[in-house]
Formats: sequence, C-alpha cells, structure tokens
Amino acid sequence: MAIWFARSRNLVSSLRQNLWLSTILVKRDYFPRPVVYTTSRLSSTAFLGPLTSLRRESTAVEKQLDLVQQIDVDDAQELDFPGGKVSYTSEMKFIPESTSRRIPCYRVLDEDGRIIPDSDFIPVNEKLAVKMYEQMATLQVMDHIFYEAQRQGRISFYLTSVGEEAINIASAAALSPDDVVLPQYREPGVLLWRGFTLEEFANQCFGNKADYGKGRQMPIHYGSNRHNYFTISSPIATQLPQAAGVGYSLKMEKKNACAVTFIGDGGTSEGDFHAGLNFAAVMEAPVVFICRNNGWAISTHISEQFRSDGIVVKGQAYGIRSIRVDGNDALAVYSAVRSAREMAVTEQRPVLIEAMTYRVGHHSTSDDSTKYRAADEIQYWKMSRNPVNRFKKWVDDNGWWSDEAESELRTNTRKQLLQAIQAAEKWEKQPLTELFNDVYDVKRKNLEEQELGLKELVEKQSQDYPPGFHV
Amino acid sequence: MAALLGRFCRKLSFPSSSHGARRVSTTACESETGKPLNLYSAINQALHIALDTDPRSYVFGEDVGFGGVFRCTTGLSERFGKNRVFNTPLCEQGIVGFGIGLAAMGNRAIVEIQFADYIYPAFDQIVNEAAKFRYRSGNQFNCGGLTIRAPYGAVGHGGHYHSQSPEAFFCHVPGIKVVIPRSPREAKGLLLSCIRDPNPVVFFEPKWLYRQAVEQVPEHDYMIPLSEAEVIREGNDITLVGWGAQLTIMEQACLDAEKEGISCELIDLKTLLPWDKETVEASVKKTGRLLISHEAPVTGGFGAEISATILERCFLKLEAPVSRVCGLDTPFPLVFEPFYMPTKNKILDAIKSTVNY
Repeated sequence: MAIWFARSRNLVSSLRQNLWLSTILVKRDYFPRPVVYTTSRLSSTAFLGPLTSLRRESTAVEKQLDLVQQIDVDDAQELDFPGGKVSYTSEMKFIPESTSRRIPCYRVLDEDGRIIPDSDFIPVNEKLAVKMYEQMATLQVMDHIFYEAQRQGRISFYLTSVGEEAINIASAAALSPDDVVLPQYREPGVLLWRGFTLEEFANQCFGNKADYGKGRQMPIHYGSNRHNYFTISSPIATQLPQAAGVGYSLKMEKKNACAVTFIGDGGTSEGDFHAGLNFAAVMEAPVVFICRNNGWAISTHISEQFRSDGIVVKGQAYGIRSIRVDGNDALAVYSAVRSAREMAVTEQRPVLIEAMTYRVGHHSTSDDSTKYRAADEIQYWKMSRNPVNRFKKWVDDNGWWSDEAESELRTNTRKQLLQAIQAAEKWEKQPLTELFNDVYDVKRKNLEEQELGLKELVEKQSQDYPPGFHV
Repeated sequence: MAALLGRFCRKLSFPSSSHGARRVSTTACESETGKPLNLYSAINQALHIALDTDPRSYVFGEDVGFGGVFRCTTGLSERFGKNRVFNTPLCEQGIVGFGIGLAAMGNRAIVEIQFADYIYPAFDQIVNEAAKFRYRSGNQFNCGGLTIRAPYGAVGHGGHYHSQSPEAFFCHVPGIKVVIPRSPREAKGLLLSCIRDPNPVVFFEPKWLYRQAVEQVPEHDYMIPLSEAEVIREGNDITLVGWGAQLTIMEQACLDAEKEGISCELIDLKTLLPWDKETVEASVKKTGRLLISHEAPVTGGFGAEISATILERCFLKLEAPVSRVCGLDTPFPLVFEPFYMPTKNKILDAIKSTVNY
C-alpha cells in the first residue's frame, strides 16, 4: 500500500496535499505507522492502528517502513505469530464496529457540472468527453426504447441501467480494450463503449439467428469475445472468483491488461464476493473490482444488506486497496478506474472501487419499484442527481456540445434503435439444431438421438410448437 | 496383467485382452510393462505429464503445494514452480471459480477438491457456470480446460464427511463430464484424457485405492478414451455394471458366482456422463440380466439412470428385473459402515436371485 504513495504521481501527491483527505486516508489506510499503546482507561471508541505486519514478502519501501517501526517500538513488546510480528497490549480494546466518520466519497464535478477547485483528476480532452457524453446519452435512449419494447410484448425481458450511465461509460472509457470484462448484468454501457452495435444488442434481446448467444439465454445476457466481454449469467457474483482466475492468467502471460469485474451492492453478500476478493489478493492478480452501490437489490435496501460502511471498508479486510467514488460523477469514475487499472497492471494487485449511485429504474421489467420505495425518492435521483445531465453541463460549459448536437444525437439514436428492433424482430430464428449444439464441444450420440426424436415430433405435430425454427 | 489388492486382501487379476469381443480391455499401451504403482502415484505421474506437456496448465487447491493430503501432487511444485502449482485459500467455490476463469482464458486448470464431501460449495460454479459456459455464450467462450479432481468413496473409517460418493448429483448436469477410474493404470490414462478433453470434467478418485491398489502402470504418456465402457470380464448369464473401487468387490462376487456355475459379465463404466449405453445394452441383450452396484445411496443413485435406460432399450430381452446393490438411504455411517456398504455377499445374493428369478 505504501508503495503507491511513494510513487507520488500527480494525483497521489495532490491527494496528500489536500490536508483534509490526508488526515482520513493517510492515517487510516496507507501508512503502517507504529502503533502506540497507552494505559488509558478502556474506551469502546478507541481505535487501534492499521494493520501492521503482512505475511507476504515486503517490497523495498515496506522494508524501510518496517525499520521505522522497529525503531519506535520496543522489540520486547512484540509477539511472533504465524502471521508475523504483532505488538501486544495489556489494555483490552475492541476495534469499534465502525469508524467515527464514513469513508468519504471521491468526486470531481459538483452537481452543477463544475469541477470542484483543487480536485485531483485525470484530464479528459474534448474528443473523449464528447464520446463519453454521446455514449451515456445513447445508453439512456437504448434503455428507454428496449424497456418500451418489452412493455409492448416484443421482447420477453429487459433491465435498464438508468441512473448508472456514468459508471457504465466512464469506467469503460478508462480501460484498455485488452482488459477482460466480467460483468454482472447492469453494465451494457461497457459493451456499448467497446463497439457492440445497437443491432447486436437487439439481436440478443430477440434471440434471433444473428444473436451470438444463439438464443439460449434471456435478453440482456450479452457476451462478446471480440470485445473481451464475458457472457453475462444470471447467478449473482459468480463472476468474481472467475475474474481472479482471468487476472491470474493475464499475469502469467505478462499481458498489459487486467481483469475488470462488476458487482452490485447486493452481490457483495454472496460467498463468491468473499472468494473472489480473497483469491485475487492472495494470488496477487491484476483485477479491478467495481461495485455499483446503487442502494437496492431488487426490493432490498442496503440497510438490509450489510451493517458495514458500504463496500469500500471490506477491501482492507482482504488486503485490497480500495476507494469510494461518486458513481454519478463521470470524471471521478474515469479517474478512479483509470488509476485503479494502472495500479492493478503495474503492481499486479487487485483494487476495489465502490461507486456510489442510485438505481433509478426498476430492478427489471418484472419489477415495480414503487411498491417498495417512495416515488418522490426515485424522482429526486432521476432529476436532481442525474449523472448524464451533470456531465452534460460540464461538456456544455466547455463549449463542446450544443442543443443541435443533443437533438440530433437523440433523434438519430432513437431512429437507429427502432430500426434495429424492427430488423431484429423480423430476422430469421435460430435453427432447431442450435438447441443441441455447444452442450459439449462436439454433439454426442445421446443428443443426436434426442435431436432426431424432436425433429420427428415437430414435423408430425407442428401445431404444438412455435413456428419459424427450421428443422 | 494387473494385480489389485482388494479390501479383503485377496489377490485379484483382471482378464487379459485375449477374447476379442466388443470393448474388452484393448487399452492402447505400447507395452504392458511399467512400474508397479499405487493409485496416488499413478495420478501423480499423470499430473507430471500434464504439466510437462502443456506449459499453460496449472494445478491448485488446498494443500497441493507440499504434495497434498493424499500425496497426489508430490513433486509438482518443486518441478514446475509455485506459479503453476500452488495452495489456495480454503474455499471450494473460490477454487472452482478461479479455475473457470483460468480455463476461460485458454489454460488447463487442474483443480483439487480435498474430499468430494466438500465439493458442494462449488456446486453453483460447476452447475451454473462451468457446465453452461460454452452453451450460454454461443460457443464464444468455454472453460473446457477445467478438470476437477476429488477423492471419493468409503475408506473404512471416513464417516459422513470423508466417504461420500456424490457422482449422481453431477451426472444430472448437461455440459460437464463425470469420470471415475477403477485402478492405477486406468486412473493415469483417464485423468490425462480428462485434462485434455475440451469440456469441464469432474474426476472422482476412489480414495480407498490410493494406497491399496497396486498395478503395472506404463511410464509413458497415454490416454484412455472417455465415454467408452470396458467389459473387464466376459460372461453369459448376467451383466454387472459398476465403477471405481466397487468393481473390486463386484469382481470377487463374480468369482464366487462362477464357483456356483453362474457366468458373470463385468463392465467398468469409467465415464458416467456421458455414459456408454451401447456397450451395456449389447451386454444385456446377450445375458438378459443386469445388476448395478455403487456405494452411493440407492435412491436417486446413478444406478437408477442405468436401470431406466436399459429397461427402455432391452425390455423384451430381460429375464429378470434390474437389480441394484447399493448403499443404504442414510448418511454414510461410521461404526455401521460394514452394514451400509454393498458388500460382496450382498452382490452375490443379488446375482443368484436375479439368475433364479
């Protein structure tokens, strides 16, 4: 952890200069300072210092800091255990269940889209900013149109990313195309950024012959090996330990790339979250874990999900560097993900990002969230805390956008989407044989027999089966 | 050819491949020589060969670094390095999930679950992820390089959590393969096939045989094909089907039955999913009788699948109901193990009552 600080990149050194942040971050997380124990009275709010010894081999900088520790702490006060040396105390103190202040949230843009003075951020030029805005707007239009298509019965299911456009697009913009993405399911913007077309999205939603997934999964379960975006699966958090394995593979191949995986607040309660973070840390795998803390897991509010200060505090429990970022601030997300990605790749370590946001839409088309949350709460986030509007203001203020451009973009995107949907709807269906392919690498006798049996049945009683599936 | 020390310390030999009928032991081996090896050593050899022949293969799991609790991974970490052979945290879902990720990137991930009894936390990753990885992605992705090894089965004193045979759970999952070897020579060849098969495989190793079974195992790199059952003993009156350590017991029952004039045909299924229906069907069409034996509890055990399939295919040829001699429908007990197990005499009784039906 201390190595990162010692490198003193612009972002880091300006963080240190920001005294307010340094008192929180530096003290708590980054400096393994000598722990000084007093004989003061027991206090439940007493806070023990940060982790001291680490089992793994120290780097040069850490060895220096260890020396510092040894100077200040009496050797006789230390005990040797399998995990390393640890100072002891005769005073019985419990680490409190939470810190007195919540971990603060890194942000760059205020709600009016103005850069907060003295912010640390990685600059985004006009070309990148405009592309980011366009993609955020495109994602909004796409979500709206596909949602309506489901309501009209044209597709069976859909789930939106409304309110999380900044996380989707800004994180994607911060990555390299070689970084392997293992999504949960509310990150289609990452695939959009990488070049998946509106037609390709539509094809998967309709499960037609052009769907790369061959119509086998529900809508929104996109996947594209060309875009290094692993196929989405419905079970929550299963991708997290897989991401650790992917990261390890990239590490072994010495690739200039990392694994990037997404999870929601709810998903962090799954065992696979624990498994994924622990493995990535122990294996020193280059993985960026991005948690979209949007406040809701279907109808379960985060107050019913965990008792910790969100997700960011869990990073340290695994020995993972972590940051909390305003997920509705595209510039902050971009900087955080970009920095995390660099750390992951250059230091071969996992990093955890908790992006704070709000799920404006319902969980999915099978959900009506007004049943469990106030309509005005939704409205507030939709209007006043809208990440797309916020970024738009910044882009506008820079003179990089205009009302004409806005109207043109939205109109064209809407038209393109409607066309994509019409085309996808009319497209040929998958041939029936695709029901039986890819269960294994080659189709075995057992499946060949079943396929034959089914073909005969379909030919005999075609009225029992939906039309259009060529035998 | 093969000398196998059974649990009752009787020397057994498997028939040599002289009969030439369908699928009798014609395992491709350049020579029948080799060293006498026990099961864990044969598996160790297979792993050495696997890692040697593919630089992108990895072996990991709990305690595999020092050689593993059953010594199957001895010498691997020293020879191939800690980057390729390593201990993992104690977390089966993490082990398998990590393995899926590695395999999805084109590597061979040979994963060890310390006891099959502990595989269940990984069940979600195996069923919902590994088994469906290729299918759900439209073949854009696959984790075919994943092989999960786990010791299974009775060991004499294992009780609930060191004796389980969970193969039936996995045989119900399209997309994975389930393989169980009966002996050291079979284990080496089958494991190499599993590792190199482009599908995720669960490989259950009969822990009872780790030390107990000793056999001539060729030292070279060889593979035994998956989904091919083997008739290891020819006969005319009744077909017996089994896998793993149970075959040793069944072999003894066949020898006893022969003394009473009953000619038994014994088939080693080897691969349970996808299983070789044709070999079993051909045998039952010849003998007209079928007996299946496995340690796992009888209800819902894999014997039920074999029984139902053979009934469908061979109904008119059957002279008697299909017999299943299996574990009882209880958790695997400790002091009651000798009563729970499908013993030689239970099998012999079932052979006789099936033949005399």
